Amino acid sequence: MSGLPVDPAVVEGRVPERSSAEVPELHEVGCPQELREEIEERMSRYPDRRSASIPALWAVQRRYGWCTPEGIRQAAAVMRVTPAYLESVASFYDLLHTSPAGEHQVHVCTNISCWMRGADDLLEAFEAAAEGTEVFVSGFECLGACDIAPMASIDERYFGPLEPGDAATALEQLVAGQDVLPEKALAKRPLAGDRNGAGGGGDA
Amino acid sequence: MPETRVLLEHAEDPKLRTIDGYRGHGGYASLEKAYREMEPDEVLKELEDSGLRGRGGAGFAMGKKASFLPRGDMAKYLCCNADESEPGAFKDRELMQRNPHQLIEGIAIAARAAGAGHAFIFIRGEYDLQADILDAAVAEAYEAGYLGKDILGSHCDLELVVHRGAGAYICGEETALLDALEGKRGNPRLKPPFPAVQGLYGGPTLINNVETLSNVPHIVGKGAEWFRGFGTEQSPGTKVVSVSGRVKRPGNYEVELGIPTRELICDLAGGPLDGCELKAFYPGGSSSPVLKAEEGLDLPYSFEAMAEAGSMLGSGSIIVADHTVSIPHMALRTARFYHHESCGKCTPCREGTNWTVKMLERVVRGEATPMDLDIVASVQDNIIGNCLCVLGDSMAMPVGAMVRKFREEFEQTIIAASSAPAQPKESDMDSAVLPRPGAAGAISAEGATA
Repeated sequence: MSGLPVDPAVVEGRVPERSSAEVPELHEVGCPQELREEIEERMSRYPDRRSASIPALWAVQRRYGWCTPEGIRQAAAVMRVTPAYLESVASFYDLLHTSPAGEHQVHVCTNISCWMRGADDLLEAFEAAAEGTEVFVSGFECLGACDIAPMASIDERYFGPLEPGDAATALEQLVAGQDVLPEKALAKRPLAGDRNGAGGGGDA
Repeated sequence: MPETRVLLEHAEDPKLRTIDGYRGHGGYASLEKAYREMEPDEVLKELEDSGLRGRGGAGFAMGKKASFLPRGDMAKYLCCNADESEPGAFKDRELMQRNPHQLIEGIAIAARAAGAGHAFIFIRGEYDLQADILDAAVAEAYEAGYLGKDILGSHCDLELVVHRGAGAYICGEETALLDALEGKRGNPRLKPPFPAVQGLYGGPTLINNVETLSNVPHIVGKGAEWFRGFGTEQSPGTKVVSVSGRVKRPGNYEVELGIPTRELICDLAGGPLDGCELKAFYPGGSSSPVLKAEEGLDLPYSFEAMAEAGSMLGSGSIIVADHTVSIPHMALRTARFYHHESCGKCTPCREGTNWTVKMLERVVRGEATPMDLDIVASVQDNIIGNCLCVLGDSMAMPVGAMVRKFREEFEQTIIAASSAPAQPKESDMDSAVLPRPGAAGAISAEGATA
């Protein structure tokens, strides 16, 4: 977990007197200014501030790498809700992590269409390639890209169709900070019916 | 058979996603017409007359749904369901990525018809690229005065927020979507009251799918009569159909509703991979009962024909299986998905999906008896109609159909697996017992690289 701020709760464990059933005060939680402003801006977009719970948790996850207990307390203090409430939301959704999840994320779709086109082998290849790296690889339910099966979402961008041999290349590029598999990016793919024509989807 | 492109017209133009590119192709003319020249009731009537049916799965008439919202001065909401998460469906992703303004224009026009002052696009969290594209397009639309206060001097306001979900299939269910949008866990609500009466924040709410709303500018611009010129009497219009699985050219194809299904699978999508034979397909996403190739290929692709055949058009997503695909394993993959995504609120769904997965695992491990297949079938019967939402039904319908139509293959799978030597006892058994799809080296060069 190099590079990401470490939540004290990970090192010291949870502090028992901090009840997650009470709304924490802002001055107790040390919420960074930018995080507070982002959550407040999100809350202002909705008729009810609680609608910003998912956007707030996204903001926490972007800042700390996952929804850390202290990050959740900070968001709860800004939103004036209990940490328990935000924890209940975070634990419901697959993309919000309530435990450390690595600096890079690879989700390999293993659902019906991708499975039919070799997703199990692809997932194995990614798992093998990620050994000993800071990349978090997991199988995932349908990502909505059956047209490029088998596919993977790499740091929230879609790539496919992939072959097991692409896994090592993709992870090397990812860790080195290069463009990942540019020729296999969904963003650059033409419409299926235009594949032989001049059309292109344009760049992202 | 060529495509009939209405929603995907000009989609090959990368500038289409900018407001200038969209206006260059005539975009936002319908919005100007709806806000400058038409009363809300006239817009609503046009939508009702068009017969446009919801493209998200249920196929309910969109204009009728909008007409259920009470009249009068109160806070009303419009939610665009962009939580496309059903296995096999990827059309909304394409529509948002290539033509975000078409959707925004449709939302603004539908909001005028329904009298909604606040609109939300609930997009699944995985669609990060598409959400970024929508964010940029919404900002452009505000800048141009198509959203915000007093749109085009009509005294109508509309705020539009792009709301990213965080990975839960259940949020595509309309009442779960409302809970998620209110900032809670996405659990479905008891209906009635229906969202049209009591939805988001307790106010009347219209919920429509991306593709449904993307049709709206075309209907208002060219008229309900023009729209009815496409498709069939009961399924007017065009449909963006996602075709995937074991075909040569998987992708989104826009066609008139009612064309033979064979043309979609065998012509547009290129047919089966070389050396493979079509076996079965889901006609409307993973929740639709599978059809055998011989019973389904010659059916017209329409809401009514699919319903008559005992299946459904659903979201309009075809997943094709060929002879290399083991149906019991496909049933297990399907069941696992719904088991993973069940929110756990209703017992028949929570327990039924769990036990179906366990029983199907026993089938592929060879530990089941033919009687277990009857139990699998009876579990499905006990789920259908007994939950707050249709997530459990969505597993029960395809799995039930697979057991019924391919019972012999299930029995052979049990026998083959039980007589096979030492098997690894692991949850991913299913891929170890039988050859993986296409393992016979059947993937053609085109299929593998296209």
